[in-house]
Amino acid sequence: MSLKENSTEKPIGVVGMGSFGTAIANILATKNKVIAYARRAEVVEEINEKHSVDGVKIHLDIVGTQDPELLCKSCETIFFMVPSAAFQEVIRAFAPYLYPYHIVIHGTKGLCLNLPQGKSLGDLEKISRKNILTMSEVILKETVVIRVGCLAGPNLARELYLGQPAATVVASRFNEVILEGQRLLRNDKFQVYGNSDIVGVELSGVLKNIIAIAAGALAGLGLGENAKGLLISRGMVELVYLGNALGGSLKSFIGLAGIGDLVTTCNSTLSRNYTVGYRLARGEKLQDILNTMEEVAEGINTVRLMKAFVEGTGMRAPITENLYKVLFEDLKIEEALQYLMKYPFSVDVDFL
Amino acid sequence: MAETYIKHKYDPILPQKDEWPVVKLSKSRKEFVKKVAEASKKSVLQVTNNNIDLLKEELETTLYREKLRIKQNPWAVDPDDEQEFWRSVRSKLVQLSAEGNKNKSQKKKAYVEILDEITMRYAEEIASNFIHSHYKLTRRMVTYGFSRLLNAARVKGIKSIFSNQYTLQDKIQIVGETDQIRNLASKGTIVMVPTHFSNLDSILIGWIISVLGLPPFIYGAGLNLFNIGIFAYFMNALGAYKVDRRKKNLPYLETLKTYSSEAIQFGVHSLFFPGGTRSRSGMIEKKLKLGLLSTAVEAQRANFQKGVKDVAGKIFIVPVTINYHFVLEAPSLIKEHLSMTGQERYYKESDEFSTSYKISKFLVKFFTKGSDISVSIGKAMDVLGNYVDQDGQSLDKHGRIINTSDYFISNGEITIDAQREEEYTHHLGKRIVEEFHKINRVFSSHFVAFVAFQLIKKENKKMDLYSLLRLPEEDIEIPYGEFKSTCEMILQCILELEAEGKVQVAPHMRNDINAIINHGLENVGMYHAKRPLVKNESGNIVTQDLSLLYFYHNRLLGYELERKFN
Repeated sequence: MSLKENSTEKPIGVVGMGSFGTAIANILATKNKVIAYARRAEVVEEINEKHSVDGVKIHLDIVGTQDPELLCKSCETIFFMVPSAAFQEVIRAFAPYLYPYHIVIHGTKGLCLNLPQGKSLGDLEKISRKNILTMSEVILKETVVIRVGCLAGPNLARELYLGQPAATVVASRFNEVILEGQRLLRNDKFQVYGNSDIVGVELSGVLKNIIAIAAGALAGLGLGENAKGLLISRGMVELVYLGNALGGSLKSFIGLAGIGDLVTTCNSTLSRNYTVGYRLARGEKLQDILNTMEEVAEGINTVRLMKAFVEGTGMRAPITENLYKVLFEDLKIEEALQYLMKYPFSVDVDFL
Repeated sequence: MAETYIKHKYDPILPQKDEWPVVKLSKSRKEFVKKVAEASKKSVLQVTNNNIDLLKEELETTLYREKLRIKQNPWAVDPDDEQEFWRSVRSKLVQLSAEGNKNKSQKKKAYVEILDEITMRYAEEIASNFIHSHYKLTRRMVTYGFSRLLNAARVKGIKSIFSNQYTLQDKIQIVGETDQIRNLASKGTIVMVPTHFSNLDSILIGWIISVLGLPPFIYGAGLNLFNIGIFAYFMNALGAYKVDRRKKNLPYLETLKTYSSEAIQFGVHSLFFPGGTRSRSGMIEKKLKLGLLSTAVEAQRANFQKGVKDVAGKIFIVPVTINYHFVLEAPSLIKEHLSMTGQERYYKESDEFSTSYKISKFLVKFFTKGSDISVSIGKAMDVLGNYVDQDGQSLDKHGRIINTSDYFISNGEITIDAQREEEYTHHLGKRIVEEFHKINRVFSSHFVAFVAFQLIKKENKKMDLYSLLRLPEEDIEIPYGEFKSTCEMILQCILELEAEGKVQVAPHMRNDINAIINHGLENVGMYHAKRPLVKNESGNIVTQDLSLLYFYHNRLLGYELERKFN
């Protein structure tokens, strides 16, 4: 695992070689050397010896490592592509080796609870904005890195891997981070847009998962495209309201990372969130679904968090609230749907 | 009771006045002003993208606004030759646009020359006139005069006027990281950022700096204050440079920022009131004016670029809060705050500090009656808001030593990136606000005002703030029992916050609850004609001026204590 320092340009770091991480590492490797971090030794071994991840071929210029220090020392720009459940832990493992000159871009769509020590969500009935951290806020809290960015948008890993045309958003408060992201990722098949509202872009990716579960449920009930259109549009309104309350701007929600991702996820039968909704509507119990899924669907955690947040602020978010009842309080999906159909939405669009 | 108060004389860290950065600066004033003017010119050219049409437009706008200002809003301090100067600028501009025979580079040269004249004039106008003998005299006057007044009031008997039993430090208590600031001031450059509630603050801070044995700091003082003879003298003596808020044109703002940045790079300690003006609401500043703050970030990067990477080139940000029971200007400040409709607009600075007589009257009142002030000095930070150790090295949250220069590095080199620095300034501003809340000292007066106002608000839940404030005062009465029990509850919360290091608490808050309440009632806004809070005959709590109560109450906003009233 020796790293050749023959090129003047520093290699790019990728932390987490799940499907999305691998897809991004492949795109990065067409332009730069890439050092990839994986937690498990066998994954690192496979990368270095067979140039593949889970049997899928990857670019030859990707080198694997298990050593956070080595990665941080060799790279100035690092992409964190780990699931949100592990995000805080991984960031903490890297924190001792990160310095203010590092640029960190993450591609994780999830939220993190930030509660007083020793408390859990059950202890506090209501939570406020400061109890919720987006992933960039986790980075700012745990490390000394300040030049932080995020990747979001309709980026299904499989399609990226196949080299189909797609686009993404790099969001950061720092122009230099956006430019760096564009320089590293952009190619003929991959368009990269910039956005300075990082929190808005992160929230878009997070909140759309709620709607994805609902979309799966509609499909599971055997409902058609009219219902889906209704859901996406009302879901958008709810996303905008929740997102605004959490500090994102409207512009980001109606952009690629918002509407773009929402439409893709609500139509993708591959999405884990969609699958949860679908199977629920088919009559399965949440616990049984979770037991048979390899990874946790991000949206479930998001629904739980957002429900507590909505109660803490006194807002109304009918889709989220009803989905919560379906997931955790055994409300029948049909009843939830009935409730939503009766809910007095007065105006079509009132956020513009 | 006074366990945490610091009361002793500090030796000056630089005994020789010739070593004081501010003296060095005033000795080379001429070259310095020239340097500032030159650098400002460059940055105006940069902002206008070296585009001659844009530059022309900026110059014309500047001329227009300046002429308007001279006509509509003249001040006593304005120099006599102003009209003449702008008239000549005008004729040059007119002449230039009329001349068709000049080529582009000639024209550009001519415009840049006009800009040069303007920035030179502004730099000269802004530059401070520090005169050491005046500084010494002022310092002696303040200390001597104040302690005479103080002793006359507190020590009984004919000889009181000559007694030295009480010194100014009994009245104004200094707490916090005094040793650190002294230590760092001898190593690098300090930028002190205090909260701002009263016009008295500048003099107070000047005195504090001298008590701590620090060489004088320079600071930007509103030009309006120079209208008053006695203030002008004080300000000059304390090293103030002039900030004219009437001038909002690009060349002026650039010159002002450049002046500050160059002075910091020169190694002169500076003082910014980062809230811009006095806090009109009585709240601790939440949004800071980032203009001057950005000059600290810029100066730090410039020092790194020059290769000064050791502590000598390091800039330390030191937050300071000033805590009063009583703010003289409170009635007019809160009125302005409430009438401001969110838009920026001109307000006349004709408040209680408008004449020397009123100031003297206030000072006599202040020193003869027992209203204490405490000043807390916060921990020093680098320009990114990281705490620093005794050697001035930055520490991250986990106590690891980091290089501040790393923040300005891109591809291994220190680079200039205006947008990046703007974000850093923003970040620094947020950190300063956080620190303000941590070092803010809760006084009994803030405490009782807070509880009383929140109780009144709770009683009238459905009203918005403005209708609430219009309630007739005579209709409001809080039963003492309810008041006391709420005070006990809130005090508990405040003490918990203190234990978590989120706020500080004055020693008089350690007494029993009745004593605290009485102390608070006695002190809250004690010299106002209408008292914000008093006890009536039946022992209940009433107010004579709800807006004033609101003002003093605001000091404790930002700790989420108001949630306890829902």
